Amino acid sequence: MKQKQAFYLGLRSVMPLLLGVAPFGVIYGVVALQSGIPPLAAMAMSSIVFAGSAQFLLAQLVGSGAPLLLSAGAVGLVNLRHALYSASVAPMLAHLPRRWKMLLAYLLTDEAYAAAIPHLLVDAPESRSSHAHWILFGSGFGLWAGWQVATLAGVLIGAQLPADLGLDFALPLTFIAIVVPMIASRALLAAALAAGATAVVLAALPYKVGLFIAALAGLAVGAAMTRKAA
Amino acid sequence: MNLWVLMLVCGLLTFAIRYSFIAAEGHYQPPAWFRHLLPFVPIAALTALTAPELLLMQGELVLGGSNQRLWAGLAAIVVAAVWRNTLLTIGSGFLALFLLQRLGA
Repeated sequence: MKQKQAFYLGLRSVMPLLLGVAPFGVIYGVVALQSGIPPLAAMAMSSIVFAGSAQFLLAQLVGSGAPLLLSAGAVGLVNLRHALYSASVAPMLAHLPRRWKMLLAYLLTDEAYAAAIPHLLVDAPESRSSHAHWILFGSGFGLWAGWQVATLAGVLIGAQLPADLGLDFALPLTFIAIVVPMIASRALLAAALAAGATAVVLAALPYKVGLFIAALAGLAVGAAMTRKAA
Repeated sequence: MNLWVLMLVCGLLTFAIRYSFIAAEGHYQPPAWFRHLLPFVPIAALTALTAPELLLMQGELVLGGSNQRLWAGLAAIVVAAVWRNTLLTIGSGFLALFLLQRLGA
């Protein structure tokens, strides 16, 4: 696979997710302005923080005048699950120069990871000839650009946009399209069921901590199943 | 001014979390059990994101017919399992939701 092909593969893969992310970006822009954040800062936050749910939270915390350390701590908790994505892609990026690693880390969101990972696992991971980084860059850049445009629309056009068209349903649907074909063993199925059930039970926990714990529960159950089988 | 400091702190923190294992790769020897966990990351993390979207309505577990997203999601899961096609899965999920809303209205 050539670099360009790999980039477009990543870009294409993230497109369905943009359908679901765009309404969130618009709503974030509106919420940020309502929280008293100036338009320029609201836009800049989408580049500086670049994390959907964390930006929502941050806008609300700014609006309620929460102290800096508490706000930063909350954002850290919300984004904790990204450490798992970091661990997941790290072996495939090991051979890259630091500037590539930093760029891909900056772009490593739920959606960019989800869109790229099925292709990364196919594209001979951990080999020097791999174009894993271009796939990840394609999906990461696509999501980044879409998020900036959606934020801008929210800041400029604001609440006049009909944000609630149900398009956000594209996110769970795309995740289903990505996850279901990957379930190729009983251990993987058990990991999915454990993670899903835990996430539902712990959904009321603040700062999305339940998502992180649920993912860990899925990892633990999956690993335990493979150990038993081995 | 304070707002920009806050954004910068949160941006650096978010970046540090995402960069953590990517930066550490090659500089440490992770234990074997840790490597065994990694193949489960995509499925565990993405299912954790998806399940509450389908099963919860305003934070409450709803399994009945009124939870249209659950049934549309289940239809999408079947389509994904059989055809393994992304656009077909998304399309059938939206179609199922549309039909359920029509039936419910």
